[in-house]
Amino acid sequence: MAKNREFGNRRLHSLLGVIPIGLFLLEHLVTNYMATKGPESFNSAAHFLESIPFRYFLEIFIIFLPLIYHAVYGIYIAFTAKNNLGRFGFFRNWMFFLQRLSGIITLIFLVWHVWSTRIQAALGTEVDFDMMAEIFSNPFMIAFYLVGVISTIFHFSNGLWSFAVSWGLTVSPKSQKIMTYVTLIVFVLLSYVGVSAIFAFV
Amino acid sequence: MVETKSETKTVRFIITRQDTPDSAPYDEEFELAYRPNMNVISALMEIRRNPVTVQGKHTTAIAWDMNCLEEVCGACSMVINGKPRQSCTALIDQLEQPVRLAPMRTFPVVRDLQVDRSRMFDSLKKVKAWIPIDGTYNLGPGPRMPEKKRQWAYELSKCMTCGVCLEACPNVNSNSDFMGPQPLSQVRLFNAHPTGAMNKAERLNTIMGDGGLANCGNSQNCVQSCPKGIPLTTSIAALNRDTTIQQFRNFFGSDEV
Repeated sequence: MAKNREFGNRRLHSLLGVIPIGLFLLEHLVTNYMATKGPESFNSAAHFLESIPFRYFLEIFIIFLPLIYHAVYGIYIAFTAKNNLGRFGFFRNWMFFLQRLSGIITLIFLVWHVWSTRIQAALGTEVDFDMMAEIFSNPFMIAFYLVGVISTIFHFSNGLWSFAVSWGLTVSPKSQKIMTYVTLIVFVLLSYVGVSAIFAFV
Repeated sequence: MVETKSETKTVRFIITRQDTPDSAPYDEEFELAYRPNMNVISALMEIRRNPVTVQGKHTTAIAWDMNCLEEVCGACSMVINGKPRQSCTALIDQLEQPVRLAPMRTFPVVRDLQVDRSRMFDSLKKVKAWIPIDGTYNLGPGPRMPEKKRQWAYELSKCMTCGVCLEACPNVNSNSDFMGPQPLSQVRLFNAHPTGAMNKAERLNTIMGDGGLANCGNSQNCVQSCPKGIPLTTSIAALNRDTTIQQFRNFFGSDEV
């Protein structure tokens, strides 16, 4: 690896997690929530997204490339750490561990999720309310999606906290503490949105 | 406790020992007569006087580092009951027994509880944690530092390079070349000094290199563990802000300083 690329790589990793991946996650969760308004609302939202101009360009540069970079570099970061919760059970050390754990869970979930939806769509299956309802007819898949969605939202919310520190937005201990509460609220609210969407298909 | 010993209070130690830098570590157990106001160092000295284990085996004296004995030099750091700290201020009365002593394995073990802390001094050299004023002629007095800022900077200057923050950090390990919180906070200290600020960009660019600032994963164990209460994570966040500006300056700016 070229020398002194680490700083730029790390900062890029941190930035991509929020922009565009975090923004896409918000868009995705809001679209899913349309399912609570009935199958027609969800289907029209899904079809609107399918018909968006420059769809493949946007998908590649806003979603797939940033996500792959974030995932690959994230795995490297996660496996470089030697977790020491047993000796240092502090709150932030727990968050440090959970951020890495949720990242791995999210990646496993996303690989399955992209395979069973986006790739199936590319192979000709229609992505609509019925497709998701079909997936959720299996109780194991409900549990899998619950874990996956909550883990993704945790990773995003806690990632927002470390984004703020990594870019030097929250410097003082007080601002970091307030950011902990803010990101906790973000986690709870988005989890509500994500989980209610799952149960709309059940 | 054994009935015959019920009159005399004793202190038990389980000490991780290692004969050479490459040999395997092993534990030895010692029991000492309790004395009031004992600390870990006085107990280690007692063992050195008569190095016999609980099993009655004659062994070698335990090796450890120490110097000031008042928690300002940082030399006697070791892992005591799972926590890295200075053995001089580890009072036996405040420790759970048996007292477990182990070396700070983040550093190369020299022998027993003695570790080689030179990587921290190498980091200080790397980031130029000093104020360069040497020259061929008298430069005269430097700019004054406001008293309030001096008092604030004094807190950062309390760092004694003890290594506890590196031991506590999950990202300082054999998989990574992260320099750890200790030299980073010193960069903030010397960048804050009116004369030291003349080399601010140089120090920031150094910690923007490999093994530098960006390796911090915000577990914040360092600030919780620092025996001197140095605001290490505040320093790291402040440097994150400084390097954010520095990276834009490097990319878009026209001045090289």
